[in-house]
Amino acid sequence: MPVLHAKPQAPSDDKRWKIVETRMRRMGDRPAALIEALHATQEAFGYLDTDALNFVGDTLGVPHSRVYGVATFYSFFTLKPQGQHTCVVCTGTACYINGAKQILSGLEKGLHVKPKQTTEDGKVSILTARCVGSCSLAPAVIVDGEVKGKVKVDELVAELEAM
Amino acid sequence: MPAPARPIRRHPTAEDAFDGPPRASAYVCEAASCMSARSHEITLRLKDAVAEAGLTDVLIKRVGCLGLCAAGPLVEIAETAQLFERVRPDSVDGIVTALGKVKPTDTRQPQGPFFEKQIRVVTENLGRVDPESLDDYVASGGYEALRRVLTEMTSTEVRDEITRSGLRGRGGAGYPVGLKWTTVAKAEGVQKYVVCNADEGDPGAFMDRSVLESDPFRVLEGMAIAAFAVHATEGYIYCRAEYPLAVERLRTAIRLAQRNGYLGTGIADTSFNFDIQIRLGAGAFVCGEETALIASIEGRRGTPRPRPPYPAVAGLWDCPTLINNVESYANVPTILRKGPEWYAQYGIGKSKGTKVFALAGRIVNTGLIEVPMGMTLREIVYDIGGGIIDGRPFKAVQTGGPSGGCIPAQFLDMPVGYESLLEVGSFMGSGGLIVMDDTSCMVDVAKYFQDFCRDESCGKCVPCRVGTTQLYMILDLITRGEATMEDLAQLERLAGIIQRTALCGLGQGAPNPIFSTLRYFRDEYLAHIVDKVCPAGVCTITPAEVGS
Repeated sequence: MPVLHAKPQAPSDDKRWKIVETRMRRMGDRPAALIEALHATQEAFGYLDTDALNFVGDTLGVPHSRVYGVATFYSFFTLKPQGQHTCVVCTGTACYINGAKQILSGLEKGLHVKPKQTTEDGKVSILTARCVGSCSLAPAVIVDGEVKGKVKVDELVAELEAM
Repeated sequence: MPAPARPIRRHPTAEDAFDGPPRASAYVCEAASCMSARSHEITLRLKDAVAEAGLTDVLIKRVGCLGLCAAGPLVEIAETAQLFERVRPDSVDGIVTALGKVKPTDTRQPQGPFFEKQIRVVTENLGRVDPESLDDYVASGGYEALRRVLTEMTSTEVRDEITRSGLRGRGGAGYPVGLKWTTVAKAEGVQKYVVCNADEGDPGAFMDRSVLESDPFRVLEGMAIAAFAVHATEGYIYCRAEYPLAVERLRTAIRLAQRNGYLGTGIADTSFNFDIQIRLGAGAFVCGEETALIASIEGRRGTPRPRPPYPAVAGLWDCPTLINNVESYANVPTILRKGPEWYAQYGIGKSKGTKVFALAGRIVNTGLIEVPMGMTLREIVYDIGGGIIDGRPFKAVQTGGPSGGCIPAQFLDMPVGYESLLEVGSFMGSGGLIVMDDTSCMVDVAKYFQDFCRDESCGKCVPCRVGTTQLYMILDLITRGEATMEDLAQLERLAGIIQRTALCGLGQGAPNPIFSTLRYFRDEYLAHIVDKVCPAGVCTITPAEVGS
């Protein structure tokens, strides 16, 4: 069925929207492209705000309610801006057995942040992941996309504080 | 803030450097585990060092997972099988010296029980081929099977061979692969799909990740053969977003395969058409369930639906859809190349062939292994795994992820297979083996998995959404030393109800860790409830209540 509505306008003339639009167009601007489009948006902007969600929904012909439903269903998507740096703590079984719990409590003590929170100065966000697959390095954390294995909690806190 | 652009790095291929075969070659593991310890820098540094030393007949090659992740980053000299462990980019001199000494008469020496006891089918190319080189894959026998299938066999013959091999779904449930293929092939519909489930969500499992990162072409070939066998023309790989390296290598592999006529129209100069697209997951464990996975590929929330109709009849966009996991597809090319009888010689009873396991937890040799079905847990844990860290006593091994169970020491001599694991109250699952020693509290482990299921429940059916939370709360009471015997009875009753009434595998399997720990470690539950003590010293029970 041809889509007859006018092409929706990007929320701003930020060039990053071109990347998102291209990714959606390559998949035919169909509703099935929703998750891919959200990935593209989050890759470009770091998080998904309401304008972004509405724009993606309008382009793909998906109701805003469903876009919101999908964006909040999947834990990979975040609707809030992240800190300048992210620290993802793996809580998979191997890491759990080897002390992921102590890392989380150590971070809470040292930086006063719980998982899914950002430090007051907006520097570091703490996230958790269900197994990053680096079980041989347990306990593992991912700081700004780089996996660190066999983590010592004091060293990690010191490193994050210095950022 | 946009993510900073990655520097583009070009990996020279093996043939770039010189003509003819190399005298010596060093294989550097560039799979995720070793990569995180900067093994890429080792490759670059080794190339420089070899050039500085004037060795012109030496090949430095990036390969996939060498298996022994615990000792990474790993470098292997292929001719002598000498393995260098915990290599640092700034200390590669030893490797260069060893490379200089390699003679043409050298043969591969035994590498110890971790390697010698394995039978490699799925992992035959891991640590041998460059994961981003199609030439390398073809040189090691890749795409031989697909060519033979397309030129010499009918789709019925292909399905027959897979059926005779006895291959069963490696994602966990163990449904016969040949039977599934036949159902899809016979289902009515013009458009059919082949889907690869690479949403390896079980915590503690990294088999599929290693295969995708180390030998992505094998999965593409397996899917193409499956597509031929079930008359499909389109395929999807649904991969976790948590595996960026695997996704990157898959994208490269798909592009190379398309360019060289192994994907797209007219594959291998025949009239067969098949193409593959990647879909990224977004961090929902339930999307490993096949109907939820389909919903997610269609761009919707990943919630399961009741079956039947099974995806084999009405799957992606209501078309007949074949869904197998990475390891199942990865078995296919080798089975067709070496024959179903060769494959079926391994294994025990109805569990044929080999299984890839990810060893993790309190075990010395953490890493990726492939063993014939029917090997005992003792051989896996002690001979291959090297035993428990610090020589502590073995307590249990957890298999099957959050739907699995804990197997205690008394079953160490049990052969591992789909049926034998079910008999002792566990589950094959995708192949994560988490070894636990006496520092683990089994009630706490059950609570950990319940917390996982509670968090990952999609919320569609009540038994799972409400029940897993209730189970978690009771377990939490027990670990805090505040539970009574009535709570324990309630826990068992509720777990039974959820097992019988939940919609999908996540909910139905969620009580399994509780059942299996209750079955073998009931005394630990009683210690928490009656004596108010955590025998492993993991749970914090307030000292006043301990009374000792």
